[in-house]
Amino acid sequence: MKADQRRFGKPLLLAVCVFATLMLAGSEQPAVQVDPEAGGPRSLEAQTRAAVVRDYLQAWKSLSGALQENRTDLLDGSFVGTAKEKLTDTVREQQALGMMMHYRDLSHDLKIVFYSPEGLSIQLLDTVQYEVQVIDHDRVQATQHLSTRYVAVLTPTEVRWKVRVFQAQPESVTGQRSEP
Amino acid sequence: MKQRAIVLLTVLLIAGFDLARAAGRTGLQVPKTVEAGNAFTISTNATVKAALYIVSPAQVLRRDVQPGASVVLAEGDLHNAGHYLALLVTPSSTEKAEFDVVASSQTTAVSFLAKPSRLPVNLPEGISGVAYVFDTFHNLVLKPGPVTFQLSDAGGAAQTRNVATRNGVAWVKMNSAPKAGPAQFQVDTGGVANRRVVQQVPGDPCNLRMSAKRSGERVVLETEPVRDCSGNAVSDGTVITFTQTYNGRSEATVDVPLKRDVARTELPAREGSVISVATGVVMGNEIRMGDVR
Repeated sequence: MKADQRRFGKPLLLAVCVFATLMLAGSEQPAVQVDPEAGGPRSLEAQTRAAVVRDYLQAWKSLSGALQENRTDLLDGSFVGTAKEKLTDTVREQQALGMMMHYRDLSHDLKIVFYSPEGLSIQLLDTVQYEVQVIDHDRVQATQHLSTRYVAVLTPTEVRWKVRVFQAQPESVTGQRSEP
Repeated sequence: MKQRAIVLLTVLLIAGFDLARAAGRTGLQVPKTVEAGNAFTISTNATVKAALYIVSPAQVLRRDVQPGASVVLAEGDLHNAGHYLALLVTPSSTEKAEFDVVASSQTTAVSFLAKPSRLPVNLPEGISGVAYVFDTFHNLVLKPGPVTFQLSDAGGAAQTRNVATRNGVAWVKMNSAPKAGPAQFQVDTGGVANRRVVQQVPGDPCNLRMSAKRSGERVVLETEPVRDCSGNAVSDGTVITFTQTYNGRSEATVDVPLKRDVARTELPAREGSVISVATGVVMGNEIRMGDVR
């Protein structure tokens, strides 16, 4: 009996530790801050703002899953148009090179800068802190903490907002508000 | 003596370790900003064979690096705008650098959304136009640039607005023209144009009037050509309602669609009844039977 305990005890403990770590890692949510100011010209209802933020954060999860597992189908729920095409290309490039990336978003500082007059597109800026782990043929080559600003354009679909443009923007690129 | 020997050995070990690291050191040098699609060189000064990784969600590349060689990325190799991490990996070291690929400043496509596609004439700020500006690789051109919106009505009159993009987007609101008909709504930026047709339809009828003519036991009712307040003929099919009342009680109601700008119907010629005409919320004139000959 004691021999059995010794034989199974350690692997069981290890499995519990691994499971707990995975659960903790899975429950880690990025810190999210949303600027209450909206860029207009259309007025933004609180419900719309909440839906856009929720769907944008979900898009990061989809992106992370797709680039970690090299699965383009994971992009379907959150991306359309140019953004989806480009991310699909990235997944295919990774597949061809035998690489995977593990992106983990740590924090988002969001600001909605444009909500089109007819309500068919919304643009936000996201200063995001994230971590990327570069894996080449199952070997971790590096892990790096990055901070950058993304510009995203979302459009409404049947049930959610989907990301149509998703592009990092150097801090030096700024402009004046477009007003008629 | 023994202590000195230990110190000397330690110093030699540290120096040796540094030398070993230096042997693998590569001096990764990446431009801070690159325009999408442009060729550029990454110098490494690698002393051993290495692998260069360029990664971002926008694109991923890997290049083998020979000792002493630089890596030339040809035109079009790196074409998606984004924030990239460059990694130079040797068996003994990893060097990292970050850089940005920005959209080309030359616009080659503009995504133009004009709404609505059909609206009444003379509506202030009734038409909106939103333009997203892209380069040849479908990167959003984030650098501010001028955009011209022009709305030309069927008569040739045009409204023009010049605005600057912000974060790759420009927008306007414009008034619909007084004259009904198809209007051309065009956006122009960097020599690239995109056009939509906006149908401007007549507004609500104005000055609805009818006349009546007795014909035996019946009265023939006919409206004057129905026009909006700008003089545009109201669309055929618009429903005109004729109502006959007697002593304040409704006797008959007839809905007639406009045909060639007028609506025509017949009702019983009951003496003392009152006939009125209306469309939507617009009321026309009233005729009392007895006055009609």
